[in-house]
Amino acid sequence: MKELIRDSERLSGSPFRGRGGLTKRIIPCLDIKDGRTVKGVNFENIRDAGDPVELGALYAQQGADELVFLDITATVEKRKTLSQLVNRIAHKINIPFTVGGGIGSVEDVSVLLQNGADKISVNTAAFRNPQLLNDLAKEFGSQCVVLAIDTKQEEDGEWYVYLNGGRTKTEAKCFDWAKEAVDRGAGEILLTSMNNDGTKKGFALDITKMLSKNLPVPVIASGGGGTMEHFTDVFEQGKADAALAASIFHFKEITIPDLKGYLRDKGIVVRM
Amino acid sequence: MVLKIVKYNAGNIQSVLFALERIGVEAEVTDDVEELQSADKVIFPGVGEASTAMDYLKARKLDQVIKELKQPVLGVCLGMQLMCAYSEENDTDCLGIFEEQVLKFDSSGSELKVPQMGWNNIYDLKSPLMKNVKEDSYCYFVHSYYASLGEHTIATTNYTKPFSAALSKGNFYGVQFHTEKSANAGEQILKNFIEMPRP
Repeated sequence: MKELIRDSERLSGSPFRGRGGLTKRIIPCLDIKDGRTVKGVNFENIRDAGDPVELGALYAQQGADELVFLDITATVEKRKTLSQLVNRIAHKINIPFTVGGGIGSVEDVSVLLQNGADKISVNTAAFRNPQLLNDLAKEFGSQCVVLAIDTKQEEDGEWYVYLNGGRTKTEAKCFDWAKEAVDRGAGEILLTSMNNDGTKKGFALDITKMLSKNLPVPVIASGGGGTMEHFTDVFEQGKADAALAASIFHFKEITIPDLKGYLRDKGIVVRM
Repeated sequence: MVLKIVKYNAGNIQSVLFALERIGVEAEVTDDVEELQSADKVIFPGVGEASTAMDYLKARKLDQVIKELKQPVLGVCLGMQLMCAYSEENDTDCLGIFEEQVLKFDSSGSELKVPQMGWNNIYDLKSPLMKNVKEDSYCYFVHSYYASLGEHTIATTNYTKPFSAALSKGNFYGVQFHTEKSANAGEQILKNFIEMPRP
């Protein structure tokens, strides 16, 4: 209690003033392949990291603010498996969670929400058919529509949109696509920098800040978080609303309670 | 104990059912008037838009039914907003159980985004609904409109300004945040509601 008041005094003048205020979110991401949690480096070299339901429940108990489950092998045949997994997760977890991977239609989303997902994330399918975002927002509300963007900074200095898990380059610029998506009804952006992903050298601060400052929806920064300082940087300099990471949590290089304690000491409002 | 959840055109209530299951409570979703009236407890959930939801309730006379319920009723998120007198969202007259008004967040001049999405804390807690919930507990919010502070406020949260995170009047309770997604604090509040005696 005393600590909260001290925090709010220290933060007076910041938009997060008041008693505590809206927190920055820490989001572990669980990449799922054939029902197991896996993690690759630069979208490749996949390693096994455990049962997603157990791992998700552990993170929730440790103070994760949300969870993201991405089915990286989602295909039509596997979608049923995914909805069963979502159902198991929903029974066990008392914080919000997002499900993504191979979602391409209103029906796909409907099944996942009925099985207990709070939000869904769309990526390639939304880029190929942007009307999907309008349809999803109209049917389910923007609050459950997360647009995931995989982006890479090329030699010309511009950030381009990549599709199909980072395998296909497009000519679209990251900010332009993000803006269009928000106009169409995306309620949140999950921004993964392919330059940073898997490197543990820090998040892509500039593109995160550009999106967060110029779009009216929360931006989740993803890719590159390797130390606790990287999280401070992405919240303070990158202006991210949330930060997502995978392997550093899965392989216990950083624990969520330690990270949150560190961030709180740096004056960042987090849920303890 | 018979718990019923009001079925209407406002969003996905699966998470509410799962949350109740986690605390060992079975519930049924229904829009049948007699079933709602004879339940021990009623939850009025909702994610969506106020005027469409009110039109749907009125068309089925559920607006009158909900207002006249005598057992403990818990409105969640849009459900709570619809229990207020009026919502700025598409200029909608609501049920009027609580006199408080529902207004849109004004984030001009700040870096705050609308909707508020994420965890914020609740304070100045009153009412048995908040029993064993610590001051400044964090709860999960997703909303663009908020109920003003008023005499029925039993929990306050600050986002652009202090607003009603929860309301209560007689047998009616409302929470703006998603109890079903608010970790331990949310589960405690759901349990408190489940254990609430009939007035």
